[in-house]
Amino acid sequence: MKKFPLTLHLNVDAFNPATDAEKEYMVQMRPSTTFFKDGMKRLLKNKVATVSMFVIIIIALSCLILPMLWPYSYAEQLGVKLGKPVDNSYNNLLPFQYGETEMAKIASGQSVFPHIMGTDSAGRDYFIRIVYGTRISLAVGFFASLIVLILGMTVGSVAGYYGGKVDLIIMRVVDIIYSLPDMLMVILLAAALRQSGLATAIEGTVLEKIGSNIISLFIVFALLYWVSMSRLIRGQILSLREQEYVLSARATGARGRWIVTKHLIPNSIGVVIISTALQIPSAIFTESYLSFLGLGVNAPMPSLGSLASDALNGISSYPYRLIIPAVVISLIVLSLNLFGDGLRDAFDPKLNN
Amino acid sequence: MKSKLLGYILKRLLLAILTILAVITITFFVMHAVPGGPFVSEKAISPEVQAALEKKYGLDKSVPEQYITYLKDIVTRFDFGPSLKMRGRDVIEVIGNGLKTSAKIGVIASAIALVFGIVLGAVAALRRNKLIDRIIMIFTTAFVSMPSFIMGSFLLLVFAVSMKILPANGSTAEGLILPVITLSLSPLSHITRLTRSSMLDVLGQDYIRTAKAKGVSGIKILFGHALKNSLIPVITYFGPMLAYIVTGSLVVEQIFAVPGIGGNFVSSITNRDYPLIMGTTIILAALIVIMNLVSDILYKFADPRITLE
Repeated sequence: MKKFPLTLHLNVDAFNPATDAEKEYMVQMRPSTTFFKDGMKRLLKNKVATVSMFVIIIIALSCLILPMLWPYSYAEQLGVKLGKPVDNSYNNLLPFQYGETEMAKIASGQSVFPHIMGTDSAGRDYFIRIVYGTRISLAVGFFASLIVLILGMTVGSVAGYYGGKVDLIIMRVVDIIYSLPDMLMVILLAAALRQSGLATAIEGTVLEKIGSNIISLFIVFALLYWVSMSRLIRGQILSLREQEYVLSARATGARGRWIVTKHLIPNSIGVVIISTALQIPSAIFTESYLSFLGLGVNAPMPSLGSLASDALNGISSYPYRLIIPAVVISLIVLSLNLFGDGLRDAFDPKLNN
Repeated sequence: MKSKLLGYILKRLLLAILTILAVITITFFVMHAVPGGPFVSEKAISPEVQAALEKKYGLDKSVPEQYITYLKDIVTRFDFGPSLKMRGRDVIEVIGNGLKTSAKIGVIASAIALVFGIVLGAVAALRRNKLIDRIIMIFTTAFVSMPSFIMGSFLLLVFAVSMKILPANGSTAEGLILPVITLSLSPLSHITRLTRSSMLDVLGQDYIRTAKAKGVSGIKILFGHALKNSLIPVITYFGPMLAYIVTGSLVVEQIFAVPGIGGNFVSSITNRDYPLIMGTTIILAALIVIMNLVSDILYKFADPRITLE
């Protein structure tokens, strides 16, 4: 049929039902997948990363739930009862041993919850102290990484997006902080913040419960560790802002903030999550290191580092008191590291081949 | 190319100097922001004596003035002032004494880490996915993420407390064996992994195939081509290794009671000996910064393919 350019004459063939051969093209060979789903699939295929993930989940859940069920608390000195002389038989119990009054109870037929890891030199149930110490370590690692993430993200995206003088000044500061020997500065700041008026400043607020030393740990992290995160994000943004979709967004009149929050941050999020995940074990490591040096949590709150440090005094009689926190720290740090590596392999598109 | 390299070195040198200056400034102001002077803990001091002491140590002047004096003394005379708690001794003297022992441990530990790390890494790469590679990788993965204080405590427990074959006290020459092993294991694992991955990379390069095709013997390929080229990335680890050994030595010296700079530093924090804290921080930080600078520059020299920006 001949078509005239100016008529509304339609081609009738276009309205015929599709043939089977044409339908073939529309069959989905594989359901479409998002970047996240694809990454998760790859992550779950990685056995080492999956096992590490389960180890972390089990440890995290048990230190959330166990303290609620346990009959002893981390600061309770079992031999110290109001109005009675201190019962020294509770100090330094070996695993599954009992104090004198507890023995009497057992003899009279009552059941007593066992001290499965014994007690420490002040008569505190050691198992619950380990659980609390783990909780502190995990919490410090998590929140410190969160602080680093937020600070680094803000500074990095500002420097990366605005460029020019702002970028130059920020990056020179970053360069200098980056080349500072971090551990020495951390020790110095932790030592100074301990002596400062922080403890009195937070008295009466919610922060008091957390303890001044943990707050100062957070401050130390916030001051020093944001630089590598901000470098990473700046680099991401510098390469992303040259992309066509950013140009098109700008052409349609989008403003700076919109482009940063809607285009640049979502597109660099994968790399950011990976490096945050890898930041957690290093924060846990730093916390336990400082606690070991006596610059960490406030007594009587336990931390895995301070438990290990306390255990050094009785190392020949009670070696398990050192071994348990040491194994727990190593397990946490190792599985977080392996999990972070797995995340990187699964979510970093550059490594996908 | 030459002028570019020179420009790079100058730029890095400037950054290093700025960093050391930043360390001095931060250290000074952080220590001076701490409330309570250094003599607070000593109770039996009358106001007159305190005033006299403060005058003697220049603590009565304003903080900026003290800062200028402090900086000038360091730059011109390498003088960090007197120690407050060890009467009659200068900070630099205390640090110097401690540094002798600490440097001995550090140098031996680095040497062990380098030699064994390179050998194990090369073996693992050459026997890739064989049993020996697996064993090496499992151990190095575990050691890399093990904190130094845990490693030290374990070694102390096993070799000094249970087996009693090595002394736990680090004040004798024999007693330095355990601290050295403690400090070397983590860098050793790092170097092993670094050497292995870069060796695997090098073994896949065209020039290795060319050498094989030319009929070069296996040993010559290994030492002349593969090992030589795969050691270049190891140079970049020199700086971080020193940083690890310095910070590790703080706890390790405490665990084994080694009379080194680390033990001094930790006790100066608890004693609030400000000049000693400041001096130690500055000297150790400067060491690390300089080592980073040297290893970065060496790296540029070692691999001509690296582009300078």
